[in-house]
Amino acid sequence: MTVDKDSKQNKRDNELEVRLLRTMMLARAFDSNLPTLYNKGLIQGSSHSAIGQEAVAAGACLALRTEDYVTSTHRGHGHTIAKGADLTRMTAELLGRETGFCRGKGGSMHIADFSVNMLGANGIVGGNFGIAAGAALSLKMRGSDAVVLSFFGEGALNQGAFLETANMAKIWNLPVIFLCENNHFAMSARPEDMLAVGAIVDRAGAVGIPGVEIDGMDVGAVFDAVQAAAARARAGEGPQFIAAECYRFEGHFSGDTMAYRDSAEADLWLERDPIPRQIQRLVSAGVLTTEDVTSMESDVKAMVDEALVQASAAPFPNPQQAWEDVYA
Amino acid sequence: MPEMTYSAALNKALREEMNRDPNVFVMGEDIGVWGDGGGVFSVTKGLLDEFGSQRVLDTPISEEGFVSMGVGAALVGSRPVVEVMYSDFLTLVMDPLVNQAAKMRYMFGGQAKVPLVVRTNLGAAGGKAAQHSQSFETWFMHVPGIKVVVPTTPADAAGLLKTAIRDDNPVLFLEHKLLYFMKGEVPDVIEPIPFGQALIRREGKDVTLVATQVMLQLALKAADQLFEEEGIDVEVIDPRTLVPLDLETILTSVKKTGRCVIAHEAVERAGWAAEIGFEVSLQAFDFLDAPIVRVCSANLPVPYTKDLEAVVIPGLNDIKDGIRAVYQGKQYSRGGRAINE
Ligand SMILES: Cc1ncc(C[n+]2csc(CCOP(=O)(O)OP(=O)(O)O)c2C)c(N)n1
Repeated sequence: MTVDKDSKQNKRDNELEVRLLRTMMLARAFDSNLPTLYNKGLIQGSSHSAIGQEAVAAGACLALRTEDYVTSTHRGHGHTIAKGADLTRMTAELLGRETGFCRGKGGSMHIADFSVNMLGANGIVGGNFGIAAGAALSLKMRGSDAVVLSFFGEGALNQGAFLETANMAKIWNLPVIFLCENNHFAMSARPEDMLAVGAIVDRAGAVGIPGVEIDGMDVGAVFDAVQAAAARARAGEGPQFIAAECYRFEGHFSGDTMAYRDSAEADLWLERDPIPRQIQRLVSAGVLTTEDVTSMESDVKAMVDEALVQASAAPFPNPQQAWEDVYA
Repeated sequence: MPEMTYSAALNKALREEMNRDPNVFVMGEDIGVWGDGGGVFSVTKGLLDEFGSQRVLDTPISEEGFVSMGVGAALVGSRPVVEVMYSDFLTLVMDPLVNQAAKMRYMFGGQAKVPLVVRTNLGAAGGKAAQHSQSFETWFMHVPGIKVVVPTTPADAAGLLKTAIRDDNPVLFLEHKLLYFMKGEVPDVIEPIPFGQALIRREGKDVTLVATQVMLQLALKAADQLFEEEGIDVEVIDPRTLVPLDLETILTSVKKTGRCVIAHEAVERAGWAAEIGFEVSLQAFDFLDAPIVRVCSANLPVPYTKDLEAVVIPGLNDIKDGIRAVYQGKQYSRGGRAINE
């Protein structure tokens, strides 16, 4: 039995629905662990929780093929997990260990796993627009039918680089999907104060890129939209734009007191948490029992814990390694 | 060996690399049909006809965007050669070059390879004034992860460009506006020239003079004249690449001559003469017979009118003065300070 049996185009079967849920749970469990890691002094610097936004990461990455690429942001743990990166190596990177994806040189803000075509988080807001479009240019030139998806926040839309690269993606008809996660905050800045257009998709419309606005708290909606966009991009229809409305449940990064946040607004969004929503859907459709859900929850928690145990046992890089990897 | 211009030599190298490797492509503003068929300085002339618009991309005026796209394309397997029309516009591409291209291999722990070449041109060319005359090479020497190439002769331009394109790292390839239409011999078969190998352009025993591009040409002229007129025998060294830098050749020369002059068109303050001068004073201290001299642009923007431009950009006589100063053990500087500093 499929949950969305009426939908003609994008049949999500039960197995997929469960995978979407599981991916969201894993991303949530990973980010839920961040405060503990901080408190134990295991991680330093900035790491940005994407709690509340898991539907976007999971829906998008599961709608892509393995050979498709993603570029990510400072808030990228969920994207990385959903694209299939190994949890232990991710954790090791946060812990600054030699076995981390970046051998301890990147940390949370620069996690990348090229083996799953995840081209890197980015510490520069808007820094990945051109990288994504350029990767798409290269793929198109070389006759690949892979596509590239660029994750970014609504704050990044105000970087000039967006207009520049979206325009070039359009004139050259590149297979790139711009996926805007409108989590309603850019640190303390609100989109209604900072974006001069009402609808986020109008930014894409300005350069002739088709865009859709979707409920970013609904993992199925994200999956369907990205799958459709990827199909169009693959078919040679050029760049696509998706604005996924979601909410940043936690602070910008650990330690953010969020004095600027209206708690009544937050409460409304907390009720739309994408994980309980997907659980409810699957349980009421009879796909999962509450016991199944409980065991999935303890499963992902165990995975995150195990990754931490293994990562913690890994050595720190030898100081000599600071000299490595500057040049190829 | 055939004679050709610097621009034609670059064009030949580019064409040969595009023929050799289908992953090489070029992009930039007005590189397809402008002028006599490609680029403000004709470096991409004829490439559009030969390779088509899939590999010769005329871009919109979006420097940050298209350099950034070069980074992305390089990251997944292409070898883009991106032209920035004037080096002054490098200010607009600092993020893709400095924070992205130069950092990716390092911050991703060796996973990334960024075989990107960004070509542009340095320097004053007479009346181009403050926003089209600057020499920014030192800025990028300050960014680990990028290589910096500054060719002077047509043969070096061609050979070094081939190396740049085959290098797996981001390379900033800095040409010079005044050199594009100067001629020189270029071998029939252009071989890649390894980075980090300086050339002694003129041997001499009294003074070591390090210079690149237009300053190198003036240095050679100054050396010939001073030898004839005053008997000062100057050894002239062309580093050819600033990152990596062949310090050994410079040190060996200074240990022989005991005197060192460094000439560059970038402004004096914190320019690369300071870097080389420091290393020389550190590593050849016991061999120095005089304070090191630098002959550089004044610490000013480049003005428009001829006589003012000459105040800023060093000329032949400035280089001769610098050589005489070091020869006599005197201090020399033309950097100066603006009045209200
Ligand atoms: C170029 C640049 N400017 C500013 C910052 C500081 N900064 C980091 S995240 C952020 C907010 C970004 O907002 P958004 O793009 O909406 O992403 P979100 O944090 O909401 O996921 C800012 C201003 C930065 N890292 N890079």
